[in-house]
Amino acid sequence: MPALLQAATDFQTIARQAGQLIMPEAILTLFACAALILDVMLPRNRKRVVAWVCLAGIGASLVSLGILYFNISSREAARTGFFDMIIIDNYAVVFKLMFLIGAALSILLSIKYLDTEGEQRGEYYALILFSVTGMMFMASGVDLLTLFISLELMAISVYILVGFLKRDQRSNEAAMKYFLLGAFSSGVLLYGISLVYGLTGTTNLAKIAAALPTVASANYNLLGTPADMRYLVLLSMILMAAGMFFKVAAVPFHMWAPDAYEGAPTSITAFMSVAVKAASFAMFGRLFLYGLPDLRGALEGDPANNIAGLPGWALLLGIVAAITMVWGNLAALIQNNTKRLLAYSSISHAGFTLLGLIAGNQTGYTAFIIYLFIYTLMNLGVFGCIIALRRRGIAGDRMEDFNGLVRKAPWLTVMMTIFLLSLGGIPPTAGFVGKLYLFMGLIETGNPWLVRLAILAVLMSAVSLYYYIRFIRAMYIEPESEPQPLSLSRPLQTALAVAVLLVMLIGVYPQPLIRLTQKAATSQGLKTYVYEEKPAATDSTDQPGAVPLPPTPPRR
Amino acid sequence: MEKALFIIIAVIAVAAALNVLIQRNPLYSALSLIGTMAALSVLYVMLRAQFIAAVQIVVYAGAILVLFIFVIMLLNAPKQQLQIDKQKGLRYLAIPLAGLLLAEAFYVVWRVQDIAMPVVKEGEEAVGTTWSVGVALFTHYLLPFQVAGVLLLMALIGAVVLARREGDK
Repeated sequence: MPALLQAATDFQTIARQAGQLIMPEAILTLFACAALILDVMLPRNRKRVVAWVCLAGIGASLVSLGILYFNISSREAARTGFFDMIIIDNYAVVFKLMFLIGAALSILLSIKYLDTEGEQRGEYYALILFSVTGMMFMASGVDLLTLFISLELMAISVYILVGFLKRDQRSNEAAMKYFLLGAFSSGVLLYGISLVYGLTGTTNLAKIAAALPTVASANYNLLGTPADMRYLVLLSMILMAAGMFFKVAAVPFHMWAPDAYEGAPTSITAFMSVAVKAASFAMFGRLFLYGLPDLRGALEGDPANNIAGLPGWALLLGIVAAITMVWGNLAALIQNNTKRLLAYSSISHAGFTLLGLIAGNQTGYTAFIIYLFIYTLMNLGVFGCIIALRRRGIAGDRMEDFNGLVRKAPWLTVMMTIFLLSLGGIPPTAGFVGKLYLFMGLIETGNPWLVRLAILAVLMSAVSLYYYIRFIRAMYIEPESEPQPLSLSRPLQTALAVAVLLVMLIGVYPQPLIRLTQKAATSQGLKTYVYEEKPAATDSTDQPGAVPLPPTPPRR
Repeated sequence: MEKALFIIIAVIAVAAALNVLIQRNPLYSALSLIGTMAALSVLYVMLRAQFIAAVQIVVYAGAILVLFIFVIMLLNAPKQQLQIDKQKGLRYLAIPLAGLLLAEAFYVVWRVQDIAMPVVKEGEEAVGTTWSVGVALFTHYLLPFQVAGVLLLMALIGAVVLARREGDK
């Protein structure tokens, strides 16, 4: 049977590729399984060894990711594998690096936290590794099927981790809410995916991108009969966007975030607010920049037949980004629980990050990635400081717990201050670099509406300073509310020191990171878009101003 | 003909799915779910995906039966007064209906040889068979298949983590 022979040769190719392309993920999975076995063998008081094993796994994964990166750099081309199911390009590598750093720091933060909670168990670390595996496939997946399964791998691990403190009522409630809403949003996303598959007949993002200009044109001919499929295309795009808005917690799909963030173990809140969010954004970018680039601008109508044009996803994302920034920041002003406050702050940061996608130019994409990278570091730092406040009998998640911290732990206070200033976007820190790039990307487009959006973002950024400074006021000015000293463990100190050093380093000397992210932003297949100066002045029938950066996919 | 069949089956599937939500008794919901699954498997047959249709019946009907038992045992489904006795009239309708079904079955067995097999176009014969599903699963869809395996392992561990008794601390 020739087909069987063909299958056998295919299998050989797969085996060769597997050794290289999915090595970082394979290492993580193996270490997660090893952690599970080790957990059973270790006595109860030595479970933290599992954490170090998992950290070693992340280290090994980082090394193999590095090898992969040099491999694609020396070829100067992205590598696809598994019948175009995944692609290893700079975009994927940078995001994977981000997840690994986020996971490593989260594990360091977790060791002390789980000791305090009396829940030091090995499954915790294994679940973190499984979820990172899912995230890494989300960054490199270019097929709707791979993307969706990886998303679920990540999400289900995190649902379990949110409910990990079984004796804590709040943790249970948070896990339940997060699970129900997360499952619902996955359903919405899947519905959008199924419509796209029905419209284009493929789940491969590159093929979808190639087919969409035909399908989404006003005069599409379906099996000989003219059919206007643009509404269905838009509906599927909106459903997919809604699913992704849920995952990144953008208003109006943010309701789960404050409850889930408040109830989850603080170390998992930290992990969720950075790695899960970054992974969801990685998939968001992949779906919309790589799979649906032609739906960005307006879908042209047909004036001859009186068919109106329809707006694309740039408008949808713009509106959502604007209300996310406004609502996230305003709601954060009145919170008194620090985890809740940071949940709203993280919602507003999701709004900021969306700006990079909306700008649609090279600077915007660079900003999108660089902002997530910096946000990972600074937000983990802030949550690390909150974990440091957690002691026996003190939850450490009320604003009063920060009172007079400077007299108890001056170094911790200084680090917390740096993280907060970075989140607010104050110059010598990394947060400033990220925000600067975001605003530059929007202003470079020259589109009056996007410039207005940038102005709104600057205003909201100023508003956010108010609640970040509330922390600083509590730490430096308020008198101590309780005398109990802090207990800082060595891993926690290490994680905080690494985060603060990177935040300062990137703030002072951002060039290496910018170079890396710029490479990622120019990955093949990520289409850029140039806004016209005056929309009425030109009447070209072609896709207006679409810059064919890489060779444009062939039209069907 | 095929379109009419599709519409009938689709309506049954949607109606059964709605019934899952409407019924207050979890047992009836589970039964309606089986109805949805059966209707879906007919749709799969119509798409020439015989293997998936069979799997749909075997796995889902089996899984649903397990779910059924779990619902009774764990959730303590509310005991409802069954109202069979009040519907005596239906008993007389049942006999002719059963006869009709039997006649239909005999007719199908008798006539099945005379029916011309549908003409299979080139390249279509392999779609939906176990062989083609297997080849697709282990070549084209190998990666999602493996990731799904990791996903199931993780879900299993998660279930153990969440369900384990606290007493053994």
